[in-house]
Amino acid sequence: MSDAIIKFVDVVKSFGTQRVLDGVSFSIPEGKTTVIAGGSGQGKSVSLKLILGLLQVESGQILVDGKDITRMRRKEINQVRTDFGVLFQGAALLDSLSVFDNVALPLVERTSLGAAEIRERVLSTLDQLGLSGSEDKFPAQLSGGMKKRVGLARALQLQPKIMLFDEPTTGLDPEKSMEIYQLFHRTQQQFGYTSIIVSHDIPKIFNLADQVIILNHGKVNTFASPEDIPRSEDPDIMDFVKKTMGSVYLSREMEYAP
Amino acid sequence: MLYQSIEYLGNSALYYTRDFGRMGSYLFLSILGIFKRPFRYNELLRQIHLIGANSLVVIFFTGSFTGMVLGLQGYYTLSKFGAEGVLGSAVALSLIRELGPVLTALMITGRAGSAMCAELGIMRNSEQIDALECMAVDPFRYLITPKFLATLIAVPMLTLIFNVVGIYGGYVAGVVLLDGNPGAYFVSMQNSVGNEDINLGIIKSFVFALLIVWICTGRGYFLHKIRNAGFGAEAVSRVTTQAVVMSSITVLVWDYLLTAMLL
Repeated sequence: MSDAIIKFVDVVKSFGTQRVLDGVSFSIPEGKTTVIAGGSGQGKSVSLKLILGLLQVESGQILVDGKDITRMRRKEINQVRTDFGVLFQGAALLDSLSVFDNVALPLVERTSLGAAEIRERVLSTLDQLGLSGSEDKFPAQLSGGMKKRVGLARALQLQPKIMLFDEPTTGLDPEKSMEIYQLFHRTQQQFGYTSIIVSHDIPKIFNLADQVIILNHGKVNTFASPEDIPRSEDPDIMDFVKKTMGSVYLSREMEYAP
Repeated sequence: MLYQSIEYLGNSALYYTRDFGRMGSYLFLSILGIFKRPFRYNELLRQIHLIGANSLVVIFFTGSFTGMVLGLQGYYTLSKFGAEGVLGSAVALSLIRELGPVLTALMITGRAGSAMCAELGIMRNSEQIDALECMAVDPFRYLITPKFLATLIAVPMLTLIFNVVGIYGGYVAGVVLLDGNPGAYFVSMQNSVGNEDINLGIIKSFVFALLIVWICTGRGYFLHKIRNAGFGAEAVSRVTTQAVVMSSITVLVWDYLLTAMLL
């Protein structure tokens, strides 16, 4: 297994009286794809926000490249964030900006590139992601799948070391979901980033996973590969497998019922 | 029951202390954003256009009718004492010292403050502000500071326009419609309005501008932290209403405080 680029060490996070993460520890290997799965409200998206420093832990450490981001000041966190690319659930495009301006935003704000070079880079990325001709459109004029692709184009502009995907295929039909998965695969091959995917799309999402983390009632189970999940003897995991990966029919009789 | 009441009081005290602290640091970071580079000049101009130029019609109508009402009421009252000659002075002083800054602030709260609050609330709801932070783009410098500066520039200018339009509105009502003395209207105004009156009006308009932009943008920015705001579109509408009400009341309270301090 590769070296860990992100490490959770005894992380605790609560909202009011509800403890979402209860002393959670896991590692994300560099250059691989880790899928974080689990039921609703089990702390999947919270984990992503903790990695990004958008939420604060109650106790524990989150090490990114060996540095604890829970102890960092705003300026240092911003420095670490330049290594991240994020694709939000709803793409989170700035709706007052055109597609071009959205994708150019990280380059305009975080680099000293000239206008011509920015234009060339943005148009090239849009072309690679099948968005040529859409640069003057606004987010409200795009379909769900196109929004995700624009979000991905924006996230890739600064060539991040780590990409975080929050429910990347929510709201998309199976064809568009497959298109997005193929894009992940292709861009990861191209840019070599570490990928962390939070998803409900089980078991399809496991096709992309090198490692799977299942969050359940504030606790964590890590599997070196998706194939190990059905072999688990943990009752919670067995229940999870039954609910998410089992047949849609509860019995053979039901399946063949007229 | 007693235990629950004490717990509720304690929680409320904690919530309001945190909220006040959050809004305090928000104000500090927004002002700090003015000194951060690169500065977004184009966005500043766009905001001045949205807050200032687009409010001109509203300010023109409010100013002219306020002046006309002052002219009518002033003429009616002053004529009882045979003092119609000082109508210009009464209209101008009322507008410059009091009504101009206050009514402009209230109109801008309703027109631009609500829009800024809703815009930021929607951006917070749809994770656009989170996205900016994740790209290591300072949301204060990028989003908030241009709105702060634009409001601080636009509101005093709109107030001055309100005053001028109002003075001519008073002239139309008190002199043109009621046959008052045109020379006396302007001479009495020139004799009574001093620099200290104009300065008071300008100081008020600056303070009101700061209060409006602070409260309206701050409530939108912290939409997710506001207690009982609800979720989604409902949260945006509730918080926007709350911001407008809060700004309007704060403007009126500070109007009294500033008048008492600077009189």
